Amino acid sequence: MSIQLVTDAAQAEAEATRVASPLAVRGLTVSYGQTPAIFSVDMTLRAGAMTAIVGPNGAGKSTLLKAALQVITPLAGTVTVFGQPLERMRDRIAYVPQRASVDWDFPTRVIDVVLMGMYRQLGLLGRVRAKHRAQAMRALERVGMTDFATRQIGQLSGGQQQRVFLARALAQDADIYVLDEPFAGVDAATEKAIIAVLKDLRDTGRTVLAVHHDLATVPDYFDDVVLLNTQVIAAGPVAEAFTEDNLQAAYGGRLTTARVDPESAVG
Amino acid sequence: MLAEALFLQLGYNATLVTLGAALLGIAAGVAGTFLFLRKRALVSDAISHATLPGVGLAFVVMVALGGDGRWLPGLLMGAAVSAAIGLLCVQWLTTRTRLGEDAAIGAILSVFFGLGIVILTVIQTMRVGQQAGLEGFLLGSTAGMLRNDAILLAVSAAAVLALVLILRRPLELAAFDPGYAEATGWSLGRIDLAMMGIVLVVTVVGLKVVGLILIVALLIVPAVTARFWTDRAGHVVIIAGAVGGVSGYVGAATSAIAPALPTGPIVVLVGFSIFLMSLLFSPGRGVLASVLLHRRYQRRVHMRQGLLALAQGQPIFEALTRRLMCRDGLILPDGVATAEGQAAAAKALLDETRWSLVRADNSFAVAATRYDGLTPIEDVLTPDQLRDVDSRIAAPKAVT
Repeated sequence: MSIQLVTDAAQAEAEATRVASPLAVRGLTVSYGQTPAIFSVDMTLRAGAMTAIVGPNGAGKSTLLKAALQVITPLAGTVTVFGQPLERMRDRIAYVPQRASVDWDFPTRVIDVVLMGMYRQLGLLGRVRAKHRAQAMRALERVGMTDFATRQIGQLSGGQQQRVFLARALAQDADIYVLDEPFAGVDAATEKAIIAVLKDLRDTGRTVLAVHHDLATVPDYFDDVVLLNTQVIAAGPVAEAFTEDNLQAAYGGRLTTARVDPESAVG
Repeated sequence: MLAEALFLQLGYNATLVTLGAALLGIAAGVAGTFLFLRKRALVSDAISHATLPGVGLAFVVMVALGGDGRWLPGLLMGAAVSAAIGLLCVQWLTTRTRLGEDAAIGAILSVFFGLGIVILTVIQTMRVGQQAGLEGFLLGSTAGMLRNDAILLAVSAAAVLALVLILRRPLELAAFDPGYAEATGWSLGRIDLAMMGIVLVVTVVGLKVVGLILIVALLIVPAVTARFWTDRAGHVVIIAGAVGGVSGYVGAATSAIAPALPTGPIVVLVGFSIFLMSLLFSPGRGVLASVLLHRRYQRRVHMRQGLLALAQGQPIFEALTRRLMCRDGLILPDGVATAEGQAAAAKALLDETRWSLVRADNSFAVAATRYDGLTPIEDVLTPDQLRDVDSRIAAPKAVT
């Protein structure tokens, strides 16, 4: 009987954590065809923390992000944002998709892409006013791209493209920032600039979730980590979850070929 | 005659039809832009071919009910229903099976078109005597159009334009970054549905003017043409509308003086002429501009290589290089450098030396990305940085 009480209490506590969490997914399963890309994933983000999703290729990292934002429809599972259903809380989330997911020859300028971050706020017919432009320019300033505002996006380098995507998310002024491989194929200066912006977001109380593939930088960049390989292998603060054993479990035999610096893994 | 037609002096009906066709062209250009940017241009081809069975069946039904089989609104309703069914089939095949959209379009387009032709052939053998004119739906014919038809055309086109104006933001977002659109709470499914609805209306209303085989050109050619002239989506929309409008206008006007000529091909040819001009002569993306740009770059490269050869005391072998340098008075026809040429050569060599230092030094990483073998280093570095670089050059400072 007493054991029952304990588990009830633990469950109640877990439930309370989920309700308070900026983004919590429970039992999320996505499959393309018959094999699941992610299976029954539970993930509860800590408010005001930077969380990395880490795992081998094909582990379902991007899928987890997209399913958590319901960009793709999951087979099963629920997503809550501060305890509310996602649909009602879309405005609180800013999403930075993979850079390669769009056609950069699209006829649009840097400032126009950033303004897209405010389409939700502008609605269908709201005029783009000076204050919106100013907000977009401030977002560009934070990523060091003001000089490029009127450039066609096709003229940008990979790192600059990534900064523009981040600026679009910043223009949304959201509580939760969700980024899909923000450091993939960008130059070192951009990586530094992006991480500075993300840390700044965290320090002002925002929550950051990013798919990350460079194991060496996880302890430097992030507070929490989710080790994923179709299922969650381990999750929690980097000091507890980012251990040699857990990495071994997530990557299996592939750890030797993965870019891992043994010094950086805890334990 | 053509001048009269173009200035709308061929009578009330012809004038109305011409204006209606122009409005349809604008609507098609505008709606087609988003289709083109969403990279789903060919879906409209499936939609248009899928109208044919509807036209035939509507004719049969109207005749069977004792009415006029050629009543245009009735025929267009039939076309809309069968086009919608075709569109749903494409959607279903694309999302529910492993078939790609291209394969689904090919399958639906041919099946519906085949079915339509069979129905039309059967109608030809019917003894009702009203069949004449149905073939006008294939290639377009404004010849027999009446006042009411023209008004229907104009009103639908205006409605489409208004709808696109209202939905321009979600349409643009869905075309550029569908994942982001979905994540920020726009329903991609509904945006696409609205876009296909708009395209369906344009197609069905345009059947009589352009014909089902060529309507895809009126949707796509203006957008592709407009893309040559601008790098902004909003401007592509406006220019595409203008190109479509001109195509529709000239096409219908020409058809008014030559009723035997199908309207569709004329509309398409007018649009194509504008496309061809743009392809060749647009300043940013045109063929001519890129050829000129390439040649200018090539000449700069030759000049630079020639100067470096001079500075190092090597002979210049390439005829083009010699010609260019001779023309600029840097060398004499026999290949000997002039005083001017020697100064320029020394300058080029210094520039090259500075660049190689900058590119080897990681602290100049940002500047090094600007290296193209031609840009003078003074354009990239500040005077302070330049002094820093020069201080590391062992050789005495040369001419600047």
